[in-house]
Amino acid sequence: MQIIESPKEYDAIIVGSGAGGGMATHVLANSGLKVAVVEAGPFFDPKDPKTQTQLKWPWESPRRGASSTRAFGDFDMSWGDWKVDGEPYTTAEGTDFLWWRARMLGGRTNHWGRISLRFGPVDFKHKDVDGMGDNWPIGYEDVKPYYDKLDKLVGVYGTNEGRYNDPDGYFLPPPKPRLHELYYTKAARKVGVPVIPSRMSMLTKRINNERGVCFYCRQCGRSCNQYADFSSSSVFMIPALNSGKIDLYTNCMVREVTTDKEGRATGVSYINKDDRREYKLKGRSVVLGASACSSARILLNSKSSQHPNGLGNSSDVVGRYLHDSTGLGRSAFVPQLMNRKNFNEDGTGGMHVYSPWWGYDQKLDFARGYHIEIGGGFGMPSYGFGFNATEINKFAGGAVGGYGDKLRDDVKKVYGAFIHLAGRGECIARHDNRCEIDPDVVDQYGIPVLRFDYTFSDQERMQAKHMNNTFESIFDAMGAVTLGEAAGPEKDYGLLAPGQIIHEVGTTRMGDDPKTSVTNSLCQLHDADNVFVVDGGPFVSQADKNCTWTIMALAMRTSENIVDQFKQKNL
Amino acid sequence: MDRRESLKSLLIGTIAGATLGASACTPEEKTTGPDIEQAPLYGRLPEEIERDKQLMSEVFLNEHELTTVAVLCDIILPATSTAGSANDAEVPAFIEFIVKDLPSHQLPMRGGLMWMDSESNKRFNKLFKDATDAQQIEIVDDIAYPDPDGKKPEMAYGIKFFNLMRNLTLTGYYTSKIGIEDLGYMGNRPNVWDGVPQDILDKHGMAYEEELLPKYVDQSKRMDIAEWDDQGNLLT
Repeated sequence: MQIIESPKEYDAIIVGSGAGGGMATHVLANSGLKVAVVEAGPFFDPKDPKTQTQLKWPWESPRRGASSTRAFGDFDMSWGDWKVDGEPYTTAEGTDFLWWRARMLGGRTNHWGRISLRFGPVDFKHKDVDGMGDNWPIGYEDVKPYYDKLDKLVGVYGTNEGRYNDPDGYFLPPPKPRLHELYYTKAARKVGVPVIPSRMSMLTKRINNERGVCFYCRQCGRSCNQYADFSSSSVFMIPALNSGKIDLYTNCMVREVTTDKEGRATGVSYINKDDRREYKLKGRSVVLGASACSSARILLNSKSSQHPNGLGNSSDVVGRYLHDSTGLGRSAFVPQLMNRKNFNEDGTGGMHVYSPWWGYDQKLDFARGYHIEIGGGFGMPSYGFGFNATEINKFAGGAVGGYGDKLRDDVKKVYGAFIHLAGRGECIARHDNRCEIDPDVVDQYGIPVLRFDYTFSDQERMQAKHMNNTFESIFDAMGAVTLGEAAGPEKDYGLLAPGQIIHEVGTTRMGDDPKTSVTNSLCQLHDADNVFVVDGGPFVSQADKNCTWTIMALAMRTSENIVDQFKQKNL
Repeated sequence: MDRRESLKSLLIGTIAGATLGASACTPEEKTTGPDIEQAPLYGRLPEEIERDKQLMSEVFLNEHELTTVAVLCDIILPATSTAGSANDAEVPAFIEFIVKDLPSHQLPMRGGLMWMDSESNKRFNKLFKDATDAQQIEIVDDIAYPDPDGKKPEMAYGIKFFNLMRNLTLTGYYTSKIGIEDLGYMGNRPNVWDGVPQDILDKHGMAYEEELLPKYVDQSKRMDIAEWDDQGNLLT
């Protein structure tokens, strides 16, 4: 079967339409470059009533939202999750890794938590503090102007707190805390844990005339039909498409970056999933935003005589230094919240307050830190609601078990009386933690798949132990009943599996030395100067901040540099 | 009591209402998204529509089993003066669907229902559904509570099954329109959040911090486009 080549030549071919690819599309298309975007999933618009799940009721799903077909439940707006049909991945023996892929325009930004945290000055140079991992070749001052522009362009609520490593920005006003968040605030501060308004990219206030304003349904995970939360689909891709400035190829899965005799990129080859044929696009530059691991996979599969180890991989670093946030969660029953008066406390998606890391000056038995996310309140019931409802009577009073009116009362008296805390921390990036090409397995398009090989170190385990202790002390200070026992060392103190926090980054890390890094500090491959990476791949370390805001700030910086290089005729 | 009679009529409606109006897909313009001609009400993809249709065309619980489920549902959540029963909320139809959707429930459900009949036969020489209300309650009282000390080991299977029935009944009920009204969940609608109502704050001895109050969103200005000074102070 012949490969079909398009005669058109683009200035830039962007692979992927999530946070990084979306930002690259926004900058490059608006600069007048000829841009193609190749997305492995179908078109998606959060406004489309046919696919919309926002404001649906649980009874509209015959399974009441259970996770039978979507891992985070029927109403979650991610097409594709830990599994994508016909597109497997494998893990090295004795290791574990979970990899979330959203196959749709906008990728994972359609359902993400919208927690939007800048990295601080310490986060870029943490090796200077504790000798672990590596410093970034850039510092906070290099990225700050892009964070500033990003805040205004996309919108994020929060407050300027003057905290050195949680830098201020251009924030929309935050919503007032919910009742359980007030209980949390009081208790956390009692044990020395700071609490400040959360920083989330929902529009509590208008930022332009194109996007709507938050109407407080708490369903950002379903993607907002008013475009009042940040999804790359609604904020970047659909406006670019409507302006006629880009060619969008959906359902097209990039196999490799093609190169010429000099080893420079000439474009991409991709499989059209609809007709299962291979096509080629020509481009003067290629911008990879397929996600940290997918971009690494594309590079490793792009072998040629000039790049026998895969494109950009003369260092053997592509796929290495893979790291996800650490994470675990604990829950508690709050007796003071029993039998409370009902009111609508949906609020924005996720939390209204959070705890940034506070332990910089403490002597601890682990490196780095974590932040705390808070959940609770009168949530909308879905499948699983009411399971083992009477168990809590051990603490709330009354018989365990039963039926009839007593059971009804049991359910209602503890509705909204629980609080959930989740830690999200920094994992030290290690050379050994990696994804590589599995020598034996291809996906349904004949493309060799990734094999993950990732283990935790004691740094992460001790951090998890600390999370458990902190959460329990906050619950105690609240007068709440901690539910379940803390996991012990045999279970890594309850750490969730690598990949499960969905913050995987580091696979094409940046650096000044081509022997130990894949891209330079402008996210440009050392080995091919017309290939760029705009997803989480170039991260040297992840900090205890979620990665999306930094992916977008760096993607903006990289893309503006691409525009400059075109102007200077370097590309 | 006419519980059984009212159940019979309810069940007919429940089963008839169980098919979702999904229809076949035809190709569409690519830029309008996946090929969904007429999606069901909750935003499904074509392969999900197919799966739903397939499950709904299958029957797992037979009429006898479904009637027994319905009897148990209304013992677990009978109607009150203000809220409908589990059968009013069509919980048996939900249970029929969910055991097909999550097949790990099938064996415990089928075996548990059979256990109920065995137990009822043993005690009253009648199937559970045909036992009197008082006889049904007699069995239920023996399995509706945990038995941590193992004082009645012969009831262990029933206890386990009743727990499953109670879980599925509660979840089916409180995710139904009737159940959500009974629970008092007041969200899932556009609104303007402006904090916890004052009377509730007072009751819990909570207050918003004075110094933060000016920083929280002023909902009267939510439609004004945001502008900042160079220090990041919001001006509008």
